[in-house]
Amino acid sequence: MFVVSVVVFALVRLSGDPIQIMAPPEATEADIKIMRAYLGLDRPWPIQYGRFVTRALQGDFGQSVRFRRPALDLILERYGATFELGGLAVLIVIVVALPVGVYAAVRRGTALDYAARAFAALGQAVPPFWLGLLLVLVFGVLLHLLPTSGRGTPLHIILPGITLGWFAVAGLMRLTRSSMLDVLGSEYVKLARIKGLPERQVIWKHAFKNAALPVVTFAALLFVALLNGSIIIETVFSWPGLGLLVIEAVDSRDYPIVQTVVLFLSAMYIGVNLLVDILYAYLNPKIRYSP
Amino acid sequence: MRIPSAAAADLAVAGRPPERRWPPAIPLVIVAALVFCAVLAPLLAPHSPVEGSLGERLIPPLGMEGAKPNHPFGTDRLGRDTLSRLVYGARISLSVSVVGITLTGTMGAFIGLLAGFLGGWVETLLMRLVDISLSLPGILIAVLLSVVFEPSFTNVIIVVVFLLWPSYARLVRGETLGLKQQEFVALARVAGCSSLTIMFRHIVPNLAPSILVLATLHVGYVIVLEAALSFLGVGIPPPTPSWGVMVADGRGLIEQAWWISILPGIAILVTVLSLNILGDWVRDRLDPKLRQV
Repeated sequence: MFVVSVVVFALVRLSGDPIQIMAPPEATEADIKIMRAYLGLDRPWPIQYGRFVTRALQGDFGQSVRFRRPALDLILERYGATFELGGLAVLIVIVVALPVGVYAAVRRGTALDYAARAFAALGQAVPPFWLGLLLVLVFGVLLHLLPTSGRGTPLHIILPGITLGWFAVAGLMRLTRSSMLDVLGSEYVKLARIKGLPERQVIWKHAFKNAALPVVTFAALLFVALLNGSIIIETVFSWPGLGLLVIEAVDSRDYPIVQTVVLFLSAMYIGVNLLVDILYAYLNPKIRYSP
Repeated sequence: MRIPSAAAADLAVAGRPPERRWPPAIPLVIVAALVFCAVLAPLLAPHSPVEGSLGERLIPPLGMEGAKPNHPFGTDRLGRDTLSRLVYGARISLSVSVVGITLTGTMGAFIGLLAGFLGGWVETLLMRLVDISLSLPGILIAVLLSVVFEPSFTNVIIVVVFLLWPSYARLVRGETLGLKQQEFVALARVAGCSSLTIMFRHIVPNLAPSILVLATLHVGYVIVLEAALSFLGVGIPPPTPSWGVMVADGRGLIEQAWWISILPGIAILVTVLSLNILGDWVRDRLDPKLRQV
């Protein structure tokens, strides 16, 4: 976390002078100096960094240079939109990827299996931003069915949600399928079948529980993919979330916003990794007892 | 996004015996054609990729009303020929992936080799660096980096290296740890070889197949990454005809001129799909145990 904060801080500072973008062209040297002092940008870097950390720990992430408002407020305002989008994508992933992956494995070699595999291969080769535009073209422009940008009614979320879900689905479906195939060939699944358990119970209770291990590990990566994806997709659909906020902030050299968003997202990322480790231990008792 | 696609194998191998001597033909032809386009772009492209004639703006592709035979894929809002820009775009995509992957592969492999061979605090330090690198959110860092060094080709390469080196370092470290225990290394040591000689003469050649496999699997990923960065305006700067830039160019015109955005997207899709299928084939041939990478 410390390293993340230093790296972010250093990169952001290297990236240029916000005053040059903010100051009107007719501003004098003296004006610029006053502005610098006002924003605390005249101090040496280590002091700026020290101040940044102390304040961050108190919940003060500085003012947005552009909006003249606390960075934290802006983020709290925007993160809901990103979570909404991410939540829908996760829902799509769970509802689509897991069952399809499982049944593609169970009915190996059937049309469903081929369709799932073709979809997975396509899903990983399609650039997400282009898929977004394609959907805009088809549903927004040609069919006039759905709104293509912004946020408001429930209809607005459909296109960005599907786009974000799409490529996460591809990876997870594929993994679920191959993991299920491994498990279905095992002795204990054979035993469960011989015992005469109903197929449904064999699949979900015996096979799927064991097949879920690598899937859970992948969930952490999935989260990263969603994070990266949301930055791109929010730009495509002008979805007012954190991704759009950070891209706009980078454009206008709005240091505090960029710093805070990256820190916020990294913290979440580290948190999710921890959560996955715990979940993993729950699913796989072997890990729990090893040192 | 970090996982290189292995999905394509399912498409290619479906219903055939697992051992395949020859690469799948269609993807191979597509990739060969692309390399051909990239190398000979100035000869093949019918028009200049960066200069258009404003009199011929937004001409639709063949098959639509108002199409002109000298612009088979239509033109964009500055009257630039889409086909020519696509051909030159292949150049950008392929050079970014070749240069980027060569650099990141060499760097990552070297770091992994040092960590695996030397062990001790060097290993701890280097592997900690890998962990840190992996824990930074990729695209965000890419965006930051791009702002630090104004958008440019070099910049995209830096981002690629930054994002991919950890996977090479991890892979090579693991392999090196295994190789170090083998008898030929002990024998070389007995024969009086220095650590450097052992590392580069005896271990590196044994690492080559896995590195090659990982590199092939990464090509498609890098092409999508470059396109995404260019699309966001932090990769290859316009007017250079990168496929990502082209998609971004057409974004505002999607209602009047869909072909500007959609065609380069199809180019990316077909290229990446072919590369992934080939990558999977290379993996199965050289190093099937990497299946989980």
